[in-house]
Amino acid sequence: MSTVLKLDGLTKSFPVGKRLLGKPRGVVHAVQPVDLEVQQGETLGIVGESGCGKSTLARMLVGLLPPTGGSIEINGAPLDNADPAEFGKKIQYVFQDPISSLNPRKTIRQVMEAPLKRLHGMTRAARDKRIAEIFASVNLREEFLERYPHEFSGGQAQRIGIARALAAEARILILDEPVSALDVSVQAQVLNLLADLKAELGLTYLFISHDLAVVEAVSDRVAVLYFGSVVEVGRAEDIFRAPRHPYTKLLANSAPVVGRALTAPEGRETELPDPLNPPSGCAFRARCPHATELCAREVPQLSGEDHRAACHHPLDQSGAIETEVSSQG
Amino acid sequence: MTGYILKRLLSAVPVLLGITVIVFLIMALIPGDPALAILGAYATPENVAKINRDLGLDAPLVARYFIWLGNMLTGDFGTSFSLNRPVIDEVLDRFSATLLLAGTSFLLCTLLGIAAGVISAAKQYGWADKGITFAVLLGISIPSFFLGMMMILIFAVELRWFPVSGMKMAYGGGGFADVANHLVMPAFALAVVATGVVARLSRSAMLEVLRQDFIRTARAKGVREGRVVWGHALRAAMVGIIPVLGIQAGFVLSGAVYIEMVFQWPGVGRMLVDAILKRDILLVQGGVVFVAACYVLFNIAVDVAQSLLDPRIKT
Amino acid sequence: MQFLTLLMRNRLAAAGGIVLSLVVLLALVTPLLPLANPDVTDTANRFLMPGAQGHLLGTDHLGRDLLARLLHGTRLSLAVGFAAAFFAAFFGAAIGIIAGYFGGRTDNLIMRGVDMLMAFPYILLALAIVAALGPGLTNALIAVAAVNIPFFARNIRGVTVGLAHKEFVDAARLAGLGHTRIILTEILPNVIPVIVIAMSTTIGWMILETAGLSFLGLGSQPPQADLGSMLGEARGALITNPHTSIVPGAMILVIVMGINLLGDGVRDALDPRLRSGALTRPMPATRVERKGTIPDQGDGEAVLSLRQLQTQFHVKNRIYKAVGGVDLKVAPGECLGVIGESGSGKSVTALSVMGLVASPPGVITGGAVYFQGEDLVGAPYEHLRSLRGDKVAYIFQDPLATLHPLYKVGDQLIEAIRVHHPVGRSEARARAVALLKQVRIPNAESRIDSYPHEMSGGMRQRVGIAMALANDPEVIIADEPTTALDVTVQAQILSLLDELRRERGLAIVFITHDFGVVAQLCDRVAVMYAGRIVETGPTEAVLNAPAHPYTSRLIACVPELGGGRRRLEAIPGLPPAVDRLEPGCAFAPRCLKASAACREGDIALEGPGMRAVRCIHPEAELEEGVA
Ligand SMILES: Nc1ncnc2c1ncn2[C@@H]1O[C@H](COP(=O)(O)OP(=O)(O)OP(=O)(O)O)[C@@H](O)[C@H]1O
Ligand code: SF4
Ligand code: SF4
Ligand SMILES: [Mg+2]
Repeated sequence: MSTVLKLDGLTKSFPVGKRLLGKPRGVVHAVQPVDLEVQQGETLGIVGESGCGKSTLARMLVGLLPPTGGSIEINGAPLDNADPAEFGKKIQYVFQDPISSLNPRKTIRQVMEAPLKRLHGMTRAARDKRIAEIFASVNLREEFLERYPHEFSGGQAQRIGIARALAAEARILILDEPVSALDVSVQAQVLNLLADLKAELGLTYLFISHDLAVVEAVSDRVAVLYFGSVVEVGRAEDIFRAPRHPYTKLLANSAPVVGRALTAPEGRETELPDPLNPPSGCAFRARCPHATELCAREVPQLSGEDHRAACHHPLDQSGAIETEVSSQG
Repeated sequence: MTGYILKRLLSAVPVLLGITVIVFLIMALIPGDPALAILGAYATPENVAKINRDLGLDAPLVARYFIWLGNMLTGDFGTSFSLNRPVIDEVLDRFSATLLLAGTSFLLCTLLGIAAGVISAAKQYGWADKGITFAVLLGISIPSFFLGMMMILIFAVELRWFPVSGMKMAYGGGGFADVANHLVMPAFALAVVATGVVARLSRSAMLEVLRQDFIRTARAKGVREGRVVWGHALRAAMVGIIPVLGIQAGFVLSGAVYIEMVFQWPGVGRMLVDAILKRDILLVQGGVVFVAACYVLFNIAVDVAQSLLDPRIKT
Repeated sequence: MQFLTLLMRNRLAAAGGIVLSLVVLLALVTPLLPLANPDVTDTANRFLMPGAQGHLLGTDHLGRDLLARLLHGTRLSLAVGFAAAFFAAFFGAAIGIIAGYFGGRTDNLIMRGVDMLMAFPYILLALAIVAALGPGLTNALIAVAAVNIPFFARNIRGVTVGLAHKEFVDAARLAGLGHTRIILTEILPNVIPVIVIAMSTTIGWMILETAGLSFLGLGSQPPQADLGSMLGEARGALITNPHTSIVPGAMILVIVMGINLLGDGVRDALDPRLRSGALTRPMPATRVERKGTIPDQGDGEAVLSLRQLQTQFHVKNRIYKAVGGVDLKVAPGECLGVIGESGSGKSVTALSVMGLVASPPGVITGGAVYFQGEDLVGAPYEHLRSLRGDKVAYIFQDPLATLHPLYKVGDQLIEAIRVHHPVGRSEARARAVALLKQVRIPNAESRIDSYPHEMSGGMRQRVGIAMALANDPEVIIADEPTTALDVTVQAQILSLLDELRRERGLAIVFITHDFGVVAQLCDRVAVMYAGRIVETGPTEAVLNAPAHPYTSRLIACVPELGGGRRRLEAIPGLPPAVDRLEPGCAFAPRCLKASAACREGDIALEGPGMRAVRCIHPEAELEEGVA
């Protein structure tokens, strides 16, 4: 296995209250320094609540947003989108809203041809052949090619979006909430299709979603994002079953599950911190039942071997705080 | 709030400067010797010398602008040669008459336009809606000067309800009744187009708002329909209507030029047209800058009104 | 093509188009017509009345033939108006697209300049330009075009900004397209309709403006005359010879009116929102056109009982059967879950109860809604209104959209109370504070003066709940109240609702698409598919032993937390469109057990006790469930 995607201290901050001249009024750190590695053939899931920086992160990876700091390496080489034609062949993006990611005034054929023409410089005949192949692999009928986006249901449009990403022949796909705009019964179809394509073509996925169950079902590893930082990374089967970060635990306990009684898992403050005025130390402090004075002072760093968490007092398997357990034992 | 008003006033400074730059540049387009162009028929040697001195016409363009601006800041807009009178005095006299006319029209178009638009939207596809829509279409299609002429024919000549022209106010006489009597026709003629535009816009803004979820919420609460329409919906629709009122004020001011010609109203518009025809450039320049500046201030008032209405605007 | 059909369907636009075409045609052939020379004066024959020998429309103050002058003037006015519109649209659109697409500093600079130009009442700018360039028709044209450029620029910029942030533009970038290509192939095709709309709605205006300048004597110069200068010259003889004024004035009116009618038609045909007929305002209560017999109340214990309820949407000549005969009931203190996929008719069912379905296009076409034994379908509006929010209250999905953005949350709460109870403001306010405390809003006393946008999503939804509780209703209908919220917030809102209902003995109808939520909150559940209930029963019974194939497969295809990595059991196909429902079971095309019998007539919703299923080959034998 080799590392195909490597993020090193990646950050993004947005100035708010821009003025024509001079400095902006404030800065929002949408993505705090993030380090992540994705292996060839792996699906890395990314979960987090709305506004935690999921999409910002994804858009930086495909060069749609310039990072404020840090670096992105693809296949060992730093990201370089100076030449869009080269770059697009390495990494592609599947959008959340399938309909609005298709130009309403272009036929599906025109949509599909753009990457083939611009990225691969294919001839007309070669393009037609390739489109036919791709359409077969995503279970779309070729008669759709002459139609316009509004004639499709969400699920079909999302398949078209996936087909377009495949046409670039990139080996890495960033999937930004690819199924959250879809109906549950259609969602499963698309998720299965993604799994098949991955196995068939040896793709690598970065799968972003707010739905814990979906992420768990499709990922090898999962990273939990809170307030722009990765607070926990681990294997998909472990991370929600035995979370080490209190926030992950809160998320897992909040997800409605058949057969589990209703509990309000939070007693303390519920609001996310103000992004213009971030708290010192751990961003989760105000909501955390285990917060100590240390948490207010120092920003916790990701630590651990396989299953890493950014917390001063990580939880152990039983859900208790490790330090407490050790002091008892 | 006062802070916001001050901020807006401050932000008007660059706009005002921009206006002077634009007017100055347009006037610099005049071909030939600027002194001769400005003086036209009044180009006696001593006048040429005086104007060259006053305006620094020998200096390069940028310097000329600053001399001109400096003069204006001290209230010196130059002298009108055709009237042989300081420009600022003439403009102030005339502008008060325009203000009366345009202000009345603006009030009319705001009240009538919004009322018509709301009724039209609330009774969509009903008779009231169809009637209003047709009247609006007629209103925005008829040239205001033609409408004014037709009103004179019908109401002044045929029916003799109102005088054609000859208001005494301009000459220092005439009481309120005289002014009002002379004001009715021009104010209406001037208001018609703007009323049409405001009514149209109010209608579509209301239709847009009435479909919103919060209207459904109000109805689900059991709020009476009258209050839903004239309270909840109109309040939200005003956010879209108010900026257009600001623009419409500009249209009313613009339309006043025609109406003043038709009704012999002694306003600034007629003054400008006369000045252009007599090529009294300084009078044109001064009039344009002055009225535009007033309009900028008016738009600040509109912004303030908007911020009072909409708490989402950061003050 | 579709565009032309749409345009012609609009009768007024067609009329405008015909009138305008006639005028344009006349203007085009004017030089070929046997007309008098429009500029030849004949002072002996001044002011001839219309109908005079050889002068169909009479003559003007110099004895010139009015008809000839009118047609030549029309030619000129049209040409100038169209040219001005074209130039303004071209330059304005170019500026707007560049500013909107590139954004940032470019945008900022350009738009400041545009704002500067818009800071003038437009005629001042036009007058200044004419003053500088001198009177004349070309100069008037330049002036009118120039003052309209900012309008186009601002308009087009707005649209472009919206487009430039659309995902399909990002997608094009990732497909390797450069800026020029993106502007030309992605942005421009989407902007052109807007340009056309803006042009069609402003050409009339520009014709008026150029005519206006000519009227003032600043446009066309004698002897050449456009319509405006004809009117200007005729003004002196307005009272003595009105026909010389009326002729050109009426022509301007006809032209501009034709253009405006056509322009409105163009706008309606090009604006997709108007095309779908979406811009209609909903009436205060849903239209009722009930056919057939009115079902009886059925179960007497239920506080709210829907019987065979049918609600349709009539859009053009299509009928969408959004709700096709729904039976539901809820008893005091009970929580009924309604679950189904998007478009299955959950919301429409819920809104039908109090006549809140948007109408047009919604119509309640059958069935009954019994609230405390009284049928509300077709009840007088005033009666319905008095129950809304007082006896039956709603909580809606998106709390930001459902609260009025410009009223303080306190005022919205107070209003909810005072509509139904004649209490003073201060008393209502005290009650509002108490309500906010009940829904656990911290610092209720100060939060009451907040605006919705100042609150977080969870807080807003709490306000929504407080508003529903304001008058101690018998029934609360909650339409996906937590779907827009994050899971952590959702958990809090759900436990709050659960507590409140136990405290107050509320009946709740809870709509959701999440089985986990139903399982945690609801006593009974009804599963909806294509506008009908396909299965109902006590929550546990339905979830543990689903009887309808749809229910069981829907449960299977939703991943559940803790299940680990796995392949999901997808349901092939799509839910049916409710305007083309086949007879028989709506799930048949996707059902593995479907038989010929399934595609024949209506299948009843049957079962013992509280359990019922609408299927010929149920997955499990139904057992009488106990709540
Ligand atoms: N205003 C409308 N005009 C036309 N059709 C409509 C309208 N509102 C709803 N419909 C149709 O009615 C059907 C039922 O819609 P409804 O909103 O009740 O579904 P839902 O189950 O609430 O879905 P969701 O889970 O997305 O909220 C759908 O087919 C929808 O297209
Ligand atoms: S670092 Fe402290 S506050 Fe942050 S999650 Fe861990 S225990 Fe809680
Ligand atoms: S009635 Fe027939 S088609 Fe419908 S769900 Fe049952 S078995 Fe399937
Ligand atoms: Mg719904």
